Amino acid sequence: MSKYKNILLDPIFNDNPIARQILGICSALAVTSKLETSIVMALAVIFVLTFSNLAVSLIRNHISSSTRILIEMTIIASLVIIADQIIKAYAFDISKQLSVYVGLIITNCILMGRAEAFALKNPPTLSILDGLGNGFGYTFILLFVGFFRELFGSGKLLGYTIFTLNTEGGWYNPNGLFLLSPSAFIIIGLFIWFVRTWKPEQVEEE
Amino acid sequence: MRFLRNFLDKQERHFNKGGKLEKLYYLYEALDAFMYTQGKVTRSGSHIRDAIDLKRMMLMVVYALVPTVIMALYNTGYQANLALSKLGQAAGEGWRNTVITFLGLGYDPASVVDNMIHGALYFFPVYIITLAAGGFWEVVFATIRKHEIQEGFFVTSLLFPLILPPDIPWWQVVLGISFGVVIGKEVFGGVGMNILNPALTARAFLFFAYPAQISGDKVWVAVDGYSRATPLAEFADTAMTVSASWMDSFIGLIPGSMGETSTLACLIGAVFLIATGVGSWRIMLSVLVGMVGTSLLFNLIGSSTNPMFQVTPLWHLVMGGFAFGAVYMATDPVSAAMTDKGRYIYGLLIGVLVILIRVVNPAFPEGMMLAILFMNVFAPIIDRIFINSNIKRRLIRNVS
Repeated sequence: MSKYKNILLDPIFNDNPIARQILGICSALAVTSKLETSIVMALAVIFVLTFSNLAVSLIRNHISSSTRILIEMTIIASLVIIADQIIKAYAFDISKQLSVYVGLIITNCILMGRAEAFALKNPPTLSILDGLGNGFGYTFILLFVGFFRELFGSGKLLGYTIFTLNTEGGWYNPNGLFLLSPSAFIIIGLFIWFVRTWKPEQVEEE
Repeated sequence: MRFLRNFLDKQERHFNKGGKLEKLYYLYEALDAFMYTQGKVTRSGSHIRDAIDLKRMMLMVVYALVPTVIMALYNTGYQANLALSKLGQAAGEGWRNTVITFLGLGYDPASVVDNMIHGALYFFPVYIITLAAGGFWEVVFATIRKHEIQEGFFVTSLLFPLILPPDIPWWQVVLGISFGVVIGKEVFGGVGMNILNPALTARAFLFFAYPAQISGDKVWVAVDGYSRATPLAEFADTAMTVSASWMDSFIGLIPGSMGETSTLACLIGAVFLIATGVGSWRIMLSVLVGMVGTSLLFNLIGSSTNPMFQVTPLWHLVMGGFAFGAVYMATDPVSAAMTDKGRYIYGLLIGVLVILIRVVNPAFPEGMMLAILFMNVFAPIIDRIFINSNIKRRLIRNVS
């Protein structure tokens, strides 16, 4: 059992796709200025990642190594289109805010990375768990970054006011830097710093 | 001074291993080193002995900053008093007014003492807050990492207030210097390891986080509700005429960040830095050359819509933070290029970038901070290119 558990839970802190594998940074910078968009984006990535891992793993013995990238791309692209259409149908406002970034999940390195590194070599059950685990790891970072960016950048969480802004008679002076993408870099950097202080075995040897 | 030495010696046992305050040893050590030259001697091997060490070097920069600090005090007070007399107010407000009345002084812009004191009441609170907040982080990291507290922070903490507008809110000073020290310096490993200049990093943080308090027309004069643009903003805006003369800008009697207005004071500092060998003349010269070349080029190109194209190099020299940045910021020995040839390239590109940002970029009227930070990032690459080419050249020489 512990093998399954490790595959599912390792990507959250021990082998986080963003903080440890340094994959999928671009979308983590682009969509995290609000918590709401972060959540939707994370759900879309969990969905695509789990099913692409499953599909790649099911046909792993029938793919020739020269065409594997093409086939993986086709699978991922189909799943991304489904996710994009679902978001457009049921959450049109958020879909507009996410703009191209749902479509760009195709180019998110986590998906190709997991398909190549894991799903091609492992049976379906393990691949689903790996997809879910990495999706959760991605989600965790997105929520972490989105939480701080929305809270400090606009004094809100999920659109509800937490700190009343000074423009509306409150005390909080919003920090404009947190609304700019580079702040996500700084927050992710700090996160990596804390995790590596907590788990020194993650530090690369020089 | 005997009693001070005795006092420090007496307290030492608390900080040594096993003492009550063992964790705070480096705080004690810093105080001791600040008061006295250390008694430690090197024990083995041969060592180069020189009067100049990190402590001396940093103190030299602090001495070089003295002219700009004096001008900062004078000009901050002068601008504030001038604004008060223009608005027809006889006195300022708040605790500063209490202090000034207590000292029996007034608000006369013609009186040097009035100006200096009024300016000091703006400058020193910001400086003290910077020292306290930044010093706190220095002690925290020195204690955790078990190294001595380094003198470099004295320079950072003096540079930072000088590049802030006079009425910057104090909580922003705390946030800014905390960001500068922690993200700009300590995450890279502390003094000597930082890629970016910590004081400029701190200012860049405030600049992007709270633009309302650090850019625009309302912040440069320390009087509420009085707005006066810096000459740089006046040049950029076709609707306005430049209200300051070139000579005023050169001496520093224009609105701006506290220490950056006076090109004259910066030049005095530059002479001191070059004479003592602490600041690199190569960087200062090449920043100047880059600036003059690029602005002459823009003068030649000309533009009917953008008045910044017409600004001559002489004006660029005295406006904004150009002189201050070129003398004190670009020459920071840690974040600048290390190789001599690399320094020329590094400085030249700073000069080019400043003018590009000032003239072509409509969002930011001033470009010195961004230009220096940008080139700080590239300095290691520039060095690498020159070091590698040097290695290659010597290899070829030895083979043949």
